[in-house]
Amino acid sequence: MTAPPAASLIAPSRATRASTALAESLLPPVVALLIALVAGDLLILAFGQSPAAVFGLLLEGTWGNAYGFGQVLYKATTLICTGLAVAIGLRAGLFNIGAEGQLAAGAFAAAIAGLWLPSGTSALLAVPIAIGAAMLAGGATGWVPGVLKARFGAHEVIVTIMLNFIVLAMLNWVVASHLNVPETLHTPEIAAGKVPRLSALVPAFHGSAANFTLIVALAAALGMWWMLFRSRMGFDLRATGLQPDAAEYGGIRVRRVWIRALTLSGALAGLGGINFVLGYKHYYEEGLAGGFGFLGIAVALVGRNHPLGIVLAALFFATLSQGGLAINALVPKQFVEVLQGVVILAVAAAVPEVRRVLRAGVARAAGPA
Amino acid sequence: MNASDLAAQMIRIAIPYLFAASGGALAERAGVVSLALEGFMLTGAFAAVVGSWMTGDPWLGILCGVVAGALFGLLHAVACIRFRADQIVAGIAINLLVIGLTRLGLQLAFDSSSNSPRVEGFTAATGSGGLLLATLQNPLVMAGLMVVPILTWVMYRTPFGLRVRAVGEHPAAAESVGVRVKPVRYAAVVMSGVLASLGGVYLALDQHQFTDNMTAGRGFIALAAVIFGRWDPARAGLACFLFAGAETLQIALQGTQAVPSQFVQMIPYVLTIVALTGLVGRSIPPAALGRAE
Repeated sequence: MTAPPAASLIAPSRATRASTALAESLLPPVVALLIALVAGDLLILAFGQSPAAVFGLLLEGTWGNAYGFGQVLYKATTLICTGLAVAIGLRAGLFNIGAEGQLAAGAFAAAIAGLWLPSGTSALLAVPIAIGAAMLAGGATGWVPGVLKARFGAHEVIVTIMLNFIVLAMLNWVVASHLNVPETLHTPEIAAGKVPRLSALVPAFHGSAANFTLIVALAAALGMWWMLFRSRMGFDLRATGLQPDAAEYGGIRVRRVWIRALTLSGALAGLGGINFVLGYKHYYEEGLAGGFGFLGIAVALVGRNHPLGIVLAALFFATLSQGGLAINALVPKQFVEVLQGVVILAVAAAVPEVRRVLRAGVARAAGPA
Repeated sequence: MNASDLAAQMIRIAIPYLFAASGGALAERAGVVSLALEGFMLTGAFAAVVGSWMTGDPWLGILCGVVAGALFGLLHAVACIRFRADQIVAGIAINLLVIGLTRLGLQLAFDSSSNSPRVEGFTAATGSGGLLLATLQNPLVMAGLMVVPILTWVMYRTPFGLRVRAVGEHPAAAESVGVRVKPVRYAAVVMSGVLASLGGVYLALDQHQFTDNMTAGRGFIALAAVIFGRWDPARAGLACFLFAGAETLQIALQGTQAVPSQFVQMIPYVLTIVALTGLVGRSIPPAALGRAE
């Protein structure tokens, strides 16, 4: 490789850098969606169907009617929480793969809180208690890998994967042996803390599971935006994620940030559990997390770890998930699972590629023509 | 159950772990994170059943499984090496992709959402030799028992193994003495896809059918074995037997209610976390693990 011409070492202008940074964060999801669209088209053609018809049906069944849209909002509620959870870890340079277990732990704690409170407890009291329980349980599950990393240097990816299995096995045991309604794999219905569905306000949503915990999820996104970009803690967190050694040198206690970030991450994932428990089924059920923890990784990735992006990405993945049911007449609903996988893989590959191409372009522009 | 039946049972449980953990050890020693073992196994299981179903010959089923495993290994390698994708994300994406693709395949090929019809596989008749002898007659069992010694030899006694270890520990140093880092990594990751897929092939042909998500987390137990075995094939192999032994015990104790099965299921995961914390012999990963360059 030849040495770059000296002129290219001159820093590009501030405006160029800002627009490059914006392009670097927005382009990969766009590229990935295009790739997924092409892959999806090919798959649909392989089934002998028309892509336009299938994607039309997908939109029709999700955003085209109130029930479908309600279901999208319901699924997005959990995905916003798990997406925020993964993103807050990534902002601190940590990969939390444990959202699945943390989500289950949070849901279980919310159900226990709802069971334990006497029936007739005012919702003003019961709902915050259940939310607190969910965040506490999720947070405790996230705290473990944080401490193990800070104290022993144990890699958080492996620890969170292993904890998923441990937490789920433990919850399955507790539910199956002590708490289940006979002949089922779920706990009794909660006595207090139920959150009304959106259809109570907008009757058109009738039948869909969308409920007011959506507000809580959106508030969490707003809170995370403030924390990340307006608070001291967020600054420490982002600095640690960008370059831990420099952050440490700058006076930030990196190990403490790691523990905080993973605890907060777990708490957010746990918060996702209230959607199912307080807003929809009103009990904890084995298998309730159902991959929503893992999809949180996809949501954070496509949403580029920004709260606004995460809300949009959560809506996107919720649309795909719900859309599978709508297109089942033309292509099997598993089609959307394939599409989700393609999107994630494509984003993962596009992020470094886009950055490389853009930076090469900037260097060329700054150098002699 | 007598001792030889227990041994047979343990070997049957250990075989998929041995294949997948060998694949995991190979890829990770070359510096590429192996979260896709689960996906590779599921790929192998599905392709083997399709191959055996179409041809009626389980050997061609093995071939299909291996080819499919190699293809998905290549996909992982291209994403991680050519595109420098985050290796953790790429692995998770492949796992999700494979679950979706195999479900789609079940619909397409067998018009079912849960399982394939019965296909030709490998089961020797349980004759006078008992379960142990019958188990050992399965060619995939023999292969599974041999894969760890062979990989150990390859890793520590051949030039290729030396290169794999070099690019996983210090790619720049390897490059400086003329080792071409990327081809070595491609080879290691594709081979890990093949090895892990054989674990799935064994599962499917042993059960004579494919069922939805039939690997059920075994790829992650294999990954746990790799880490618990400190990224060394022989130790990882022992870890596989340890985990399989615990499962065998749990099955033997079933009905006595001595220990809830969920607690036995936790053993591999708990041990792995303990190993990572360094309380009982520290597990230290290859230095360049997860880095694209």
